[in-house]
Amino acid sequence: MYNLSHHLKDAPVSAWIGIVIVLFYAVLALGAPFLAPFAESASVGKQYMPWTSPHYLGTDALGRDVLSRLIYGARNTVGIALVTTILAFTLGATFGLLAATIGGWFDAISSRVVDVLMAIPPLIFALLILTITGTSVIALILVIAILDSTRVFRLSRAVAQGILTMDYIEVARMRGEGMFWLIRKEVLPNAAAPLIAEFGLRFCFVFLFISALSFLGLGIQPPTADWGGMVRESAKLISFANFATFQTATFGLAPLLPAGAIALLTIGVNLVVDWVLHMSSGLKD
Amino acid sequence: MNSILSIILKRLLIGLLTLWIVTIIIFAAIELLPGDIATEMLGQAATEESLAAFREKFDLNRPVHERYFSWLGGAIIGDFGISLANQRPISELIGHRVANTFFLAGYAAAFAVPIAVVSGMLAALYNGSVFDRVLSSSTLAAISFPEFFIAYILILIFSVGLGWFPSLANVDVDMGLGERLYRTFLPAMTLTLIVLAYMMRMTRAAILNLLALPYIEMAHLKGIKRWRVIAVHALPNALAPIINVIALNLAYLIVGVVLVEVVFVYPGLGQILVDAVSNRDVTVVQAACLIFAATYILLNLLADILSIIANPRLLHPR
Repeated sequence: MYNLSHHLKDAPVSAWIGIVIVLFYAVLALGAPFLAPFAESASVGKQYMPWTSPHYLGTDALGRDVLSRLIYGARNTVGIALVTTILAFTLGATFGLLAATIGGWFDAISSRVVDVLMAIPPLIFALLILTITGTSVIALILVIAILDSTRVFRLSRAVAQGILTMDYIEVARMRGEGMFWLIRKEVLPNAAAPLIAEFGLRFCFVFLFISALSFLGLGIQPPTADWGGMVRESAKLISFANFATFQTATFGLAPLLPAGAIALLTIGVNLVVDWVLHMSSGLKD
Repeated sequence: MNSILSIILKRLLIGLLTLWIVTIIIFAAIELLPGDIATEMLGQAATEESLAAFREKFDLNRPVHERYFSWLGGAIIGDFGISLANQRPISELIGHRVANTFFLAGYAAAFAVPIAVVSGMLAALYNGSVFDRVLSSSTLAAISFPEFFIAYILILIFSVGLGWFPSLANVDVDMGLGERLYRTFLPAMTLTLIVLAYMMRMTRAAILNLLALPYIEMAHLKGIKRWRVIAVHALPNALAPIINVIALNLAYLIVGVVLVEVVFVYPGLGQILVDAVSNRDVTVVQAACLIFAATYILLNLLADILSIIANPRLLHPR
């Protein structure tokens, strides 16, 4: 704990901005039922009401409160992205570390499988699989987790291979330590920093990926509030916008609000990741 | 010369092998559909005769491997079979759309490649300057912003606000080139902005790596002018990484096209792919996925081969 607070004190402004953004979203996601003025998918007014009290960001085509849906969107979109990333990471890191430690046929087979999976662009592969499975949250999470675990596999394998050539591994092996002991006590602690940074990057990728699929109408399905889906629903409004008055200009902002919410969180996570990478590489300004 | 030829041949073989495995994966998709595909499409109430007719029409009676080879053989000459949803030949449905998609990607590349290479080199030359820092932060924006965010900002400014360009890129076959370029300007700009920052950053990194090498320092120490060091000494060696950067980003561009097409309602391959996925029109999905995946794999292959050819150390073996 001392270490963390020590690092935080030295963190650059950009890292602080990132941390504040990420915390803000975390509070929104966890406190959604208390913070949102209205229910997630209840029709609470007429359609397309202007930006005034009590609907500060207006209502959508079904008369649902946009501000409340944005707040619930933090919980749904970020939550699903987080679960997917954790799954991708568990899968990729486990196989990556095992491939590096066992080597031989296991390494050869899993590396070739990953090569093939990575040869197809992820969006195209996901669309192919979603055709077969249909669009459900479970299918979405599994497909993206498997596709994304290939990147984690590559990184964790490379990092572990670097560590396994060290002398202290040789010593541990001669002592007769088992494979799982090696991974747990020697490889993992030394691979932690690059893996944590990678977790942030993978989260951004998964988060943008899910938002893109939802935007295409193939991801998280309505009435669940989700930012990608909200952009899709409000996209048509943009052509009614004009900058003559504030109320007509807000039509143009309708799809930009959820899209901006996606962009801001990704920037925040990236700023934190840059800082973690900088620290773990041992560079000091 | 022999060693370089064998390296290229080896890479070519691996690339073609990958492509072949990918065709198997894409074909297998239809086999993995739960249940019988004829019952699935026609519903539980379908009669035996209509089911039999459906199987006959979509050639489902032959063994899997036979169907795979006839599908692959057809795909190579551009015949992808018929659509499950509307029973029309797929080549008819997607023919002009494929051309539209490549047109849009090419249009974007025509902006992105020259701007990225020149500004990436400038950023490397004036490493640490204001220009270089602006470039770093623009990369952060490019990796953080979803494609549709960039697209809607451009629409709001240039279409809704200023009224300079249309927000819908509806083109048709007999439209002149000028009109077509005008209507697809905003989608092309969106794609350009998406890949530009990556390309600049990768070009910058490639040149910076080179400038740190001893022979460049030697050239500086000999008193050669700065631009001459770059043009004569660094550039021939930088060519391979830069070509690689361009080809990789073109591959990325082809895939990025899917979202941009949907935003601008552009009649391309990406849009028909998304429609087919929601209709579960498997044969159309297969055709579109195969075209996208093959383009992606072939561009990656091209990137590798060009960078092998452009490597002076391989061209003049000792």
